Amino acid sequence: MTDKIPTQDITPVDAGKKRKSPTTGNEQSDLYARRKHIYVKLVKGLFQKLRTSATWVLLTGFFLASFMTYEGRQALLFDLPNRQFHFFGTTIFPHDFMLLAWLLIILAFILFFVTNFAGRVWCGYSCPQFVWTWLFIFIEEKTEGSPNQRKKLDKAPWSANKLLRKGTKHLAWVLIALATGIAFLGYFSPIRELIPRVFTLNLGPWESFWLGFFIFFTYLFAGWLREQVCIYMCPYARFQAVMFDKDTLIVSYDTARGEPRGRRKKSADPKELDLGSCIDCDLCVQVCPVGIDIRNGLQYECITCAACIDACDQVMDKMDYPRGLIRYTTEEELAGRTTRFLRPRLIGYFTVLVAMMVAFVIAVSGRVPLELEVLRDRNQLFRITNTGQVENSYLIRIANMDQKPHTYELSLRKADGIKLDAVPVFNLAGGEVRQFPIQLLGDLEQLPQVPAVDIEVHLVSKDDPSIQRTRDSRFIIRQVR
Amino acid sequence: MFSQDLSGFWSLWITVITLGVIGFCWWLLNGNRVTDKAPAANGEVQTTGHAADGIEEFDNPLPRWWFLMFVGTIIFGLFYLVLYPGLGNYKGLLGWTSTGQWEDEIAHAEEFYAPTFQNYAQSDVITLANDPEAMQVAGRLYQNNCAVCHGSSARGGYGFPNLTNNSWLYGGEAETIRNTIINGRNGLMPAWIDMLGEEGVDTMSNHVLSLSGLDHDVAKAQEAAPMFQAICSSCHGADGKGSAAMGIDSIGAPDLTANTWLYLQPGQSVYDSVSYTLRNGRNGLMPAQARYLDYGVELPANIDSLSAQEKAQLMPKLHLVTAYIYSLNQGK
Repeated sequence: MTDKIPTQDITPVDAGKKRKSPTTGNEQSDLYARRKHIYVKLVKGLFQKLRTSATWVLLTGFFLASFMTYEGRQALLFDLPNRQFHFFGTTIFPHDFMLLAWLLIILAFILFFVTNFAGRVWCGYSCPQFVWTWLFIFIEEKTEGSPNQRKKLDKAPWSANKLLRKGTKHLAWVLIALATGIAFLGYFSPIRELIPRVFTLNLGPWESFWLGFFIFFTYLFAGWLREQVCIYMCPYARFQAVMFDKDTLIVSYDTARGEPRGRRKKSADPKELDLGSCIDCDLCVQVCPVGIDIRNGLQYECITCAACIDACDQVMDKMDYPRGLIRYTTEEELAGRTTRFLRPRLIGYFTVLVAMMVAFVIAVSGRVPLELEVLRDRNQLFRITNTGQVENSYLIRIANMDQKPHTYELSLRKADGIKLDAVPVFNLAGGEVRQFPIQLLGDLEQLPQVPAVDIEVHLVSKDDPSIQRTRDSRFIIRQVR
Repeated sequence: MFSQDLSGFWSLWITVITLGVIGFCWWLLNGNRVTDKAPAANGEVQTTGHAADGIEEFDNPLPRWWFLMFVGTIIFGLFYLVLYPGLGNYKGLLGWTSTGQWEDEIAHAEEFYAPTFQNYAQSDVITLANDPEAMQVAGRLYQNNCAVCHGSSARGGYGFPNLTNNSWLYGGEAETIRNTIINGRNGLMPAWIDMLGEEGVDTMSNHVLSLSGLDHDVAKAQEAAPMFQAICSSCHGADGKGSAAMGIDSIGAPDLTANTWLYLQPGQSVYDSVSYTLRNGRNGLMPAQARYLDYGVELPANIDSLSAQEKAQLMPKLHLVTAYIYSLNQGK
């Protein structure tokens, strides 16, 4: 156990300057604790392999998805200046904001469902905060060596070696942060044009801001703050407890089997020594990226990355003990009862989730890429032409939310005796929004003896009759005296 | 002039509250930074003594970087208050005002769109009127500036001329339209009741109806004919076709033969409208639009002697609107 480094407890015992309180005589300490750096030891094992695979998939997706093209255009492009969000053949406009809201709600419910079932899987395997943190720790290990070497290097005075190792690490971090920033920006500004512009320093003010923002915060969050983000910034980490119940999968130490912990030779029989399975090697603590001791039970800091499971399983194998002293389990199981997977809460989350997903799919597939607004003129409610007809003016606003150009034809429904003044055909390019003034006319004698009638204005695409919209309006005939 | 400054007391009041709150934040942060409830060296944890439903409150320390962020916001706040107005009447070192920001944004927009508008200013009105893209731009300018009176379809209303029927008070040539928009118009029809008397108003109204071919009392119309030639024809012309038809672009006397009635209320008979006009007169006002369309443009004293091209370059947006109004009457 020469590799051993002291236990890191993020609840500082001797935080800040200590001084004696003159009044109480109690120990006083600073309420603003200096963060202790956690020297995370990387471990190999089943769950690490799972995470590495997930990381590869996620990183590849993030870095390369913006390069996909669809019909000669970037397939995923969120064009903020033009308020158009392209997803392959579909363009989403600000009018469709409800769809985004529902999508986010569905994602939240997926999170609730998964968390209730299997704990903080999101935190452990797919949250960008730790995907990038693991990447940065990996670089740290490649440039500065094992946790012990890193610790020694931090304490050592500055030297050429230290400068080289630290410099390489930070350079690599910054490069990854830069790549991250460019990749993120590439979803908002066409990536193929963006990359040359980044390197020729030819960016607009907002592009520069967001690139700088993402470089800085990637470097800061994954390089320096790491678990502090999860513990002090992330709201999800704090409200996850609400979704937990006694049947939720958690990473836990089997106290009954492990205690009393103690060191022993491999050849020794723990029963004779009156010891449990835990050999108190501290590896589970050394590999923990949030700096907790899993043996203290379920803690809010735990992101269920399962690094401690892999570490402990290795030790158990070496000791020829059965695996699973630390394992994915449930509180019910730890208490000696059986886990109930199908429970009302989980079924409830699932039912709501499926219902929302079905509704979302219906809403998306039934989406008409056309928006029509009919605005009455406000100053002149109606006028009588010199041929004695009643005339009403409207401003119609047509938004072609399709990517293709369309020709639309306007007609009236439910409007006896009222006709359109001109040939109501409008040509709009893909994504175009335009306003057109129109006039409706009616013969005073043929119109009903009422002040105003309801009308329906109907707009349909000539090339695709499924693209249509109907709007209500009023036709005002006469003054009420 | 109305002063936006606060009186000395309120200025001081706001300054004291603002700085006081910042000072309070600092006191709260720094004055409470020590606890005697921190976990002891032997790992024993003390609580604050607060308990509810068996849940006890620890007094765990905050991360120091969090504390430093609070300090950072205080420093930011102080810098902000030095640079920007926030302390009573103090104007801030940068001299920022909301009006100034608005003017900057307007200037930025003007500069950004200037090349587009200057480009259109190179073309004459007739070319622009046949350019669909230019007419889209011009249509938006029309909707923002003109539609409030003349209607979105430009067909006018009671007291507001129809701009689409090729019937003009002042003339429909491109340059006349432009001058109307630049300087506005003030059309005055005097009241004739003192001159004509009740009977004269009745006969003259019938005469006016006859000019547009509407139903009228033939005898009365004929009776008023000499009076029409004596007083009305000087503005409306001997044939009643209006001042524009006579080549005069300043009077704005309407064409009485076109059956177009600017002051005809819905449900009102033409006779009632015309006799009301004769009895009481009318006063039509079109405000000058140059400074609203081309924001802040200074009209030179010799504006009337400038060429069309010079006017277009001086007021490119007005130029586009002129072309738009012109285009509405093509083919009519």
